[in-house]
Amino acid sequence: MKKMKKVVCFGLISAMMLSAFAGCGKKSDSGAIRIGGTGPLTGGAAVYGMAAKRGAEIAVEEINALGGMQFELRYEDDTHDAEKAVNAYNILKDWNVQISLGSVTSQPCVATAAETYADRIFALTPSASATDVTKGKDNMFQMCFSDPNQGSASAQYISEKKLGTKVAIIYKNDDVYSTGIFETFMDKADELGINVVSKTTFNTDSQNDFSVQLGEAQKAGADLVFLPMYYEAAALILDQAKKMNYAPKFFGVDGMDGILTLEGFDTSLAEGVMLLTPFSADATDEKTVNFVKKYNEKFGETPNQFAADAYDCVYAIYEACQKGKVTSDMTAEEVCDIMIEQFTTLKFDGLTGAGMTWGKNGEVTKSPKGMVIENGVYVGLD
Amino acid sequence: MKGKKTLNKTSKNNFITMGGLLLVYVIVLILKEGGITTNLINGQLVPICAYMIMAISLNLTVGILGELSLGHAGFMSVGAFGGVFIGSLMQQVSDSKTLCLLVAVIAGGLMAALAGLLIGIPVLRLRGDYLAIVTLAFGQIIKSIVNILYIGLDSEGLHVAFINKPEILDDGKMIISGSMGVVGNRKLSTFTFAFIVLMLCLIVIYNLIQSRTGRAIMALRDNRIAAESVGINVTKYKLLVFSISAAMAGMAGTIFAFNYSTVSPTKFDFNTSILVLVFVVLGGLGSMRGSLIAAALLTLLPELLREFSDYRMLVYAIVLILVMLGTNNPKIRDFFAKMFARKKTAKEENANG
Repeated sequence: MKKMKKVVCFGLISAMMLSAFAGCGKKSDSGAIRIGGTGPLTGGAAVYGMAAKRGAEIAVEEINALGGMQFELRYEDDTHDAEKAVNAYNILKDWNVQISLGSVTSQPCVATAAETYADRIFALTPSASATDVTKGKDNMFQMCFSDPNQGSASAQYISEKKLGTKVAIIYKNDDVYSTGIFETFMDKADELGINVVSKTTFNTDSQNDFSVQLGEAQKAGADLVFLPMYYEAAALILDQAKKMNYAPKFFGVDGMDGILTLEGFDTSLAEGVMLLTPFSADATDEKTVNFVKKYNEKFGETPNQFAADAYDCVYAIYEACQKGKVTSDMTAEEVCDIMIEQFTTLKFDGLTGAGMTWGKNGEVTKSPKGMVIENGVYVGLD
Repeated sequence: MKGKKTLNKTSKNNFITMGGLLLVYVIVLILKEGGITTNLINGQLVPICAYMIMAISLNLTVGILGELSLGHAGFMSVGAFGGVFIGSLMQQVSDSKTLCLLVAVIAGGLMAALAGLLIGIPVLRLRGDYLAIVTLAFGQIIKSIVNILYIGLDSEGLHVAFINKPEILDDGKMIISGSMGVVGNRKLSTFTFAFIVLMLCLIVIYNLIQSRTGRAIMALRDNRIAAESVGINVTKYKLLVFSISAAMAGMAGTIFAFNYSTVSPTKFDFNTSILVLVFVVLGGLGSMRGSLIAAALLTLLPELLREFSDYRMLVYAIVLILVMLGTNNPKIRDFFAKMFARKKTAKEENANG
C-alpha cells in the first residue's frame, strides 16, 4: 500500500515536471521581430487588456501588410496581478521576445518593468501610468501620461477653465492608479488654490454603494466632483447621483474612458461628464478615422484610449526600429540599446498626440485633450 | 514493542516525504543550472515554495488543531510587509543578500506570530464557526490597514503615517506606500533559501505532531472535553499551534514579497486565503505531503493551462472538480480510508503506549 502511495506521489511529480517542459522550445523563424506584452485579458480589468491587445493587433497587421519589416505580436494574460504578470512575462521570455510592450495596468507593470530592466529588454507600456513603472529604469518608456501628470493636468484644467468653485473628490484608496492621481491632484490644487470641500474614499469591497460619498459631497455643496478612477465605479456613481437628484459637473481622467461602451450602462447618465484623455474616437483626422473604422469592423466596438495607446506603441516601435535598423536576428539586448537611443531622440506623431517626445526617464511629453460627453459621444472641450 | 514499530512507520513516512521533496529540489536545481527548465518554471520556483509553506502552515491549524482559519493570507501579509520593512532597514547596514533576507524572514515570522498570538488570545476561546468569522475579519483588517500605511525612510530617519503620504527628502524612498504596497523592492529571495525555510517548517511540523504537545493537540481536536478532563491546557496548546502556524505563514509572506519588485496589500485578500485552504483540503486535512503536492500543482496549473487561453480558468475549475470527485470516488476513498485507518491505529497505539 505504501508503495502505491510512493508510486502515486512520484507519478504526480513526474507528470508535473513533464508538463512543465512540454510548453518550451517554441521558436519563431519567420524573420519577424517578436513583440510581446502582458495585460488583463480576463477578470475585472479585462476591458483594458483586450483593448490594448486589439489596438496593437491592428497596428501589427497594418505594418506587416506594408511589407518590409515584419512584426509578430503576442499578448499574455496577467489578470491585473503582479505575480501572474511575472509569469506571463516569463512565458514571453521563453518565446524569445525582443521588444516588450510592458503591461497594460500599473501594478503588474511595476513588476514586469523590474524584470525587463534586469533582462535588458526594451519596454514601452501603452497605459501603465504609475511613476514607479519608469523610475530608475533606463529601458522602460511610457506611451500614456504618468499619474502625476494626469493629476496636476486635471487640477490645472479645472482651475484654468473655472469649471467649479467647490470641488469634491471620490477616490479608490486601494488602487495605485486612483491614489496616485489623487495625491498629485491635491498637491496641485493646494498650489492653485482650488477649494476642495470633500475628500471621500472607497475600496474594492465597497464599490457597490456611493450614497455616503455622494451625500457628503452634496452636503458640502460641491459643484464639481472629480473622479480619478476606472469607469465601472464611475458609472455607478453617476447612476446614484442621478437617483439622489444631485447634479454637479463630473470630471474624470483617462480611466473614465470606456464608460460609453459599458454593457447595460445608460449613456444618458454620462451626459455632460468631462474627462481628460489624449484620444477621442470621434476626431476627424485621417489616422483616427481609419483606426476607428478598422477597429469597429474587426471587433464591433468603438476603440478606447487603451487601444489607441497600444496602436501608437507599435507604430512608435516600428519607427524606432526602422531608424535604428533593427533586424529580427538581433538579441533583445542589442535591440534594447538601439531602442533607448532612438526613443530619447524620437519625435512621434500618433493617434494620442502629435510631436510626442520621450525624456531619459521614459516619460512621454504630449498634451492632454479635455473632452465632454454630448449625445453619447466625446466632443472636444475647448 | 509493537508501539515502537508503528512509530517508526510514521517517521518513515515522514522521511519519505522529506526525502522526496529533497529529491525534487535537487532535480529541479540541476535542470535549472543546466538551463533546461523554462523561464516560466524558474520564475515560479520561489512562489511555489512560499505557497507550500502556506499550505503546510494552514494544514497545521486546520488539519491538526482542527480550527478553521479563513484569514491565513492576513498573516502572510503581516509577514510580507513586516519582513520587507525590516529587510529594507537591513539593506542600509548590510550588503549581504542572504543576511538581509534571513533577518527579514525571521522578523516577518515573529511579527506574524505576534499577530497570531494577539488575535489568538480572544479568538481561540470561540468555537466552531466563530473562529472562522473572526479570522476572516482579521484578513480584511490587515488588508485595510496596510492600504493606508505609509512608511518612508530618508536621511532624517523613518517617517510613518496613515492615510496621507508623508513628506520625505529626495535622498529617501518609500518602503511601504499605501495602496501601492511595496514598490521598487530588491529581489532577494532565492530558490535555495526558500527551499531551506520550507524544509525547516516541515521538520518543525512533523516533530511537533509526533511530540507530546502534538498528541495533546490532536486529543483536543478529537474530543475537547475528554482532553480537558485529563488536564490538557486548552488555551496554551491552541495558542501555541496557532502562533507557530502564523509564524510560518509570515515567513512565507516575506519570501514571497522579496521575490517581486512590487507587492500590493490586495494580493493578500480573501481569495488568497481560500486558495491556500483549497491546497489544504485538496491535499487532505492533516496530510502534509498532500498539501505540498496540491500547493505545487495548483500554483503551476493555471500557467500550464495557458494553451486554453480564454477557457483557462474554466478548465482549472473543471480540473479541481474532477480531483475532488476523484478523491470522493468510493474505490479511491476506500484506498485512502484504509491508509488513514492504519495511521489512526498507529496514533492511538502511540497515545496508549
